[in-house]
Amino acid sequence: MLRRMLLAAALGTLTAAAAQGQTPVKIGVLTDRSGVYADIAGEGSLVAARMAVEDFKAADKGLKVEVISADHQNKPDVGSAIARQWYDRDGVDMIIDGVTSSVALAINQVTKEKNRTFIDTGAGTADLTGVQCTPNTVHWVYDTVALANGTGGAMVKRGGDTWFFLTADYVFGQTLQRDTTAVVTKNGGKVVGSVKTPFPTADFSSFLLQAQGSGAKVIGLANAGGDTINAIKQAGEFGITEGGQALAGLLVFSSDVHSLGTKVAQGLVLTEPFYWDLTDATRAFSDRFAKQMGGKKPTANHAGVYAGTLHYLKAVEALKAASDGARVVARMKDMPTDDPLFGKGTIRVDGRKIHDMYLFEVKKPAESKGEWDLYKLLATIPGNEVFRPLNEGGCPLVKG
Amino acid sequence: MTTIFGVPMQALFGQLLLGLINGSFYAILSLGLAIIFGLLNIINFAHGALYMMGAFVAWMLLNYLGVNYWWALALAPLLVGAFGIVLERVLIARLYKLDHLYGLLLTFGMALIIQGLFRNYYGVSGLPYAIPPELSGGQRLPFMFLPNYRAWVVVASLAVCLATWLVIEKTKLGSYLRAATENPTLVQAFGVNVPLFLTLTYGFGVALAGFAGVLAAPIYSVNPNMGADIIIVVFAVVVIGGMGSILGSVITGFGLGLIEGLTKVFYPEASATVIFVIMVLVLLVKPAGLFGRAA
Repeated sequence: MLRRMLLAAALGTLTAAAAQGQTPVKIGVLTDRSGVYADIAGEGSLVAARMAVEDFKAADKGLKVEVISADHQNKPDVGSAIARQWYDRDGVDMIIDGVTSSVALAINQVTKEKNRTFIDTGAGTADLTGVQCTPNTVHWVYDTVALANGTGGAMVKRGGDTWFFLTADYVFGQTLQRDTTAVVTKNGGKVVGSVKTPFPTADFSSFLLQAQGSGAKVIGLANAGGDTINAIKQAGEFGITEGGQALAGLLVFSSDVHSLGTKVAQGLVLTEPFYWDLTDATRAFSDRFAKQMGGKKPTANHAGVYAGTLHYLKAVEALKAASDGARVVARMKDMPTDDPLFGKGTIRVDGRKIHDMYLFEVKKPAESKGEWDLYKLLATIPGNEVFRPLNEGGCPLVKG
Repeated sequence: MTTIFGVPMQALFGQLLLGLINGSFYAILSLGLAIIFGLLNIINFAHGALYMMGAFVAWMLLNYLGVNYWWALALAPLLVGAFGIVLERVLIARLYKLDHLYGLLLTFGMALIIQGLFRNYYGVSGLPYAIPPELSGGQRLPFMFLPNYRAWVVVASLAVCLATWLVIEKTKLGSYLRAATENPTLVQAFGVNVPLFLTLTYGFGVALAGFAGVLAAPIYSVNPNMGADIIIVVFAVVVIGGMGSILGSVITGFGLGLIEGLTKVFYPEASATVIFVIMVLVLLVKPAGLFGRAA
């Protein structure tokens, strides 16, 4: 009797959903909401995901989308526990953002195990689409190889052929150093030394002194967020750049440069796939975003959350189901991507999203016309050159 | 060139000097904690948040009111100290009769609230605060380039620590304070207003945190998490020095800064943990801390 009632109830809800024709989709923004990466990702990622759902007009297209969010505190165990709970108990279909490489690799595994979808926009490690690639993950914005090719390649071509690394002592810093070293040596440069700094570090003076003593022409900052800000600020104090050594910010976001101010950061060369002031479309998006974020412009990561959510919803709309993650991701890879922020692109079989990257230089205070007028464009690096060739990543999904 | 374990002597001198500079921050912060613990028996977990407030108040004074660094150095500790006095009167004063644990939980909660409020409003990337023009630039020493500002940090913090120690050890006010630490009931019987003393002591300890915050503003990123990062280390310093020992906290602060500096040369990966290893060792051998008296 009970069984029949349950069955009837289940059928009832099924038919009700079918009658409305609404496919339920639950998106979880899993990010750093309180730590060093909370400005790069954090609340802005939630805002960007909601903007994407709004712009997609999901309700008109038969999707009933819900967006939730949580703080993984940059801890892999916290991140994987939340991901597990979301998939098992809360019915989340897709996790987006996943800033911090160590956490991203943890979410990557849980997502594959539960066959859902993971779109990573914040983490750097190229292993997500390399040895650890899965049929359930898409890596959207950038990765350590692209950063190395962009900034590393550009610095060597400008004459910076000896390098010393300040490396954040966790998976992101280490992969970034590894990939940049490969680019530097390939271009004829040499790495003369490196130091692993605890994550996070407030005082870089000791490490900067070691870098200064090495006599390297370029000091590569294989770190991110607050670490990069402190390192650049203190490098100015210790007269590193005046002494003729150049700093290479291997992962610098516009929010970091904004925090440093152009006076301290001027001349810094960096690689980003997005800047708010690139096209009319990026400016329009950024203005809308800033209105909801107390005047802050979006970072590349926020842009990635927006674009990734849009593309994901297109795939779900086509399939009319979100629960089979591998199927959704396969569909995402089949469709070319096209969005206002990254333009036209593709997602490769290993999960790597391909688009152009840009080499920027931070403006001098005299050139900057406003608080957020930070970059001048040096070069556009085509997507097929900046990312790692498909057959070199060691991803098992790539045949041959 | 002479080397020690493969590191040139000259580089070593530089690193020791840098260790001393970091030790300055540990010393001022642990001094405030030690004073507060000595007299109030409160383990003040809000200390880091108040240090952060000191830096933010300096930034606000500059950007909203145009008040320069030197004035901020005097004003910000006063403002933060006043804020601390309000906290003590309204909240902490209610906990003196209870177990340590309640004070710890209350101040920890306050720290989270203060940090959360600043994070909500200013974000985590931090705000720029320039080194005052009088102290920009640096000296080229034989073994390193020493920024003037860093030298100033060591001088200022040594002066403040010394002045505090003198007041507590050599003045009448300080003798009341030491007596009240020893036996508050008896001191009150002599007609000293002990509750007022407690309030002012908390205000002073907190003002020291605010002062350290202003010192830190030009060299570290002024951001809401700056206090949370440093406070755990400072607690370890206080535990190693001996809870409540004024001189102990200052000496340990500078000493551990030096040890941390050396670790950054020989095994940088461990520089974030070395202080805690020392803490464990000290607790095993001398549970009351290096300068503490056994209870």
